[in-house]
Amino acid sequence: QNADPQKTAFLLRKAWTLYSVTPLHGFRRARLRDYARLLSASIAAEKQKGLAVEVGVELDIKVALSSLADLRGSELDEAALLVQLSSRSRASSSNSEDKLVWSGWFCSMFGDDLSENVPEHFTCLPLFLTHGAESYTSLVGSWFQKTFDCCFRRLAISPLNLSWMVAMWAGCKLDRAASAVELVFSVPRLSQPLDISYAIHPEDAKALWDTVQKTPGEITQEEVDVFMDCLYAHFHRHFKIHLSAAKLVKVSTAIASAHCDGIVKILHSQYLPGVLMLLTELAISQIQ
Amino acid sequence: HLATSLPLPSERDHLRPRIDLIVFMIDIKSKYSLKNVETSLAYVDASFFLGKVCFLVTGVGRVNACGIDTNAVCKLGETYCSPVLFCELELEGIRAATAQRLVRMLQICAGHIPGVSALSFVLLMRKSDDD
Repeated sequence: QNADPQKTAFLLRKAWTLYSVTPLHGFRRARLRDYARLLSASIAAEKQKGLAVEVGVELDIKVALSSLADLRGSELDEAALLVQLSSRSRASSSNSEDKLVWSGWFCSMFGDDLSENVPEHFTCLPLFLTHGAESYTSLVGSWFQKTFDCCFRRLAISPLNLSWMVAMWAGCKLDRAASAVELVFSVPRLSQPLDISYAIHPEDAKALWDTVQKTPGEITQEEVDVFMDCLYAHFHRHFKIHLSAAKLVKVSTAIASAHCDGIVKILHSQYLPGVLMLLTELAISQIQ
Repeated sequence: HLATSLPLPSERDHLRPRIDLIVFMIDIKSKYSLKNVETSLAYVDASFFLGKVCFLVTGVGRVNACGIDTNAVCKLGETYCSPVLFCELELEGIRAATAQRLVRMLQICAGHIPGVSALSFVLLMRKSDDD
């Protein structure tokens, strides 16, 4: 399934904060305009209550809900749902452009594990990605929770999952010159926190992964372990530090980067479905 | 007695009392701790694996900090015919319960409980395999 790269270009090179979402009850795709209106009213009401998002600036928030028909894994997946909040300052002239202040999108990429076990009237879009102020995320999230009886949770990414990501992504073939593969570790139990950044030439990383992976298209835990052990051993040889005892907090490759707090940035449209599929899987396991 | 790895220093061999139970501690956040345990296992005499060894996995309360594959740990337990216990030391209740469990196991391994020996652990492990 290849989504039109032009339509999905806005997803790339942005830092998205990840959430898992339980299935939405009573969601109807035909009612997107109504939902947008209701959400807009809800945000305006919260502003009236004094939960001002921008202090001292008069802003009208316009809400737009749209479907991204091609952004799904299979026909069994629900199409992605995009929520965009734009502002137009009341002070400026009427033909000034709306400024996008927040975006969030729900998505399911091969999320059959969840959707096949769910009763009628439930819509499965387990992955929620946001970009913009936390205050808007909270407003949008609470409205969805109230309206569709669903539950949002921040999606944290464990060191184990981060190592899967770096092994997978470092092994991807890229035609142009790629950026370095970087792993960031945080060293625990020190009086002052210490971060170690380990950068590897992308060709070396890919060459290493190619010697480790036995079947193209398949990855096993053992292969990821061997890959990481090689990196740890190399580092230990030079610096006498056991990175395996530190906490892997962030991985960066030319394909995408991911942080343990559940923040990802996707850099390459070709691998967008692959990354989303992995994130959908993580979201589903957090829900179940 | 606590040790960061095996083998124990040979200088103190003559002062050391009999060892009844070895508990290998694996921190779920640290791949290094698993590797350390795997290396140390090579220094343990085979007779200990008749019920006098157990693996204790700590830090399981923090799922998001998981750095090792728990399947690998369970397989380690199967390979060495020894039980794998999971616990969270940061929670006082679980810490106390785990300590009690270990003391109970130690009493059996030291022969203080009449009618039950360390071999019983091995038989219990075997039974779950057959099921």
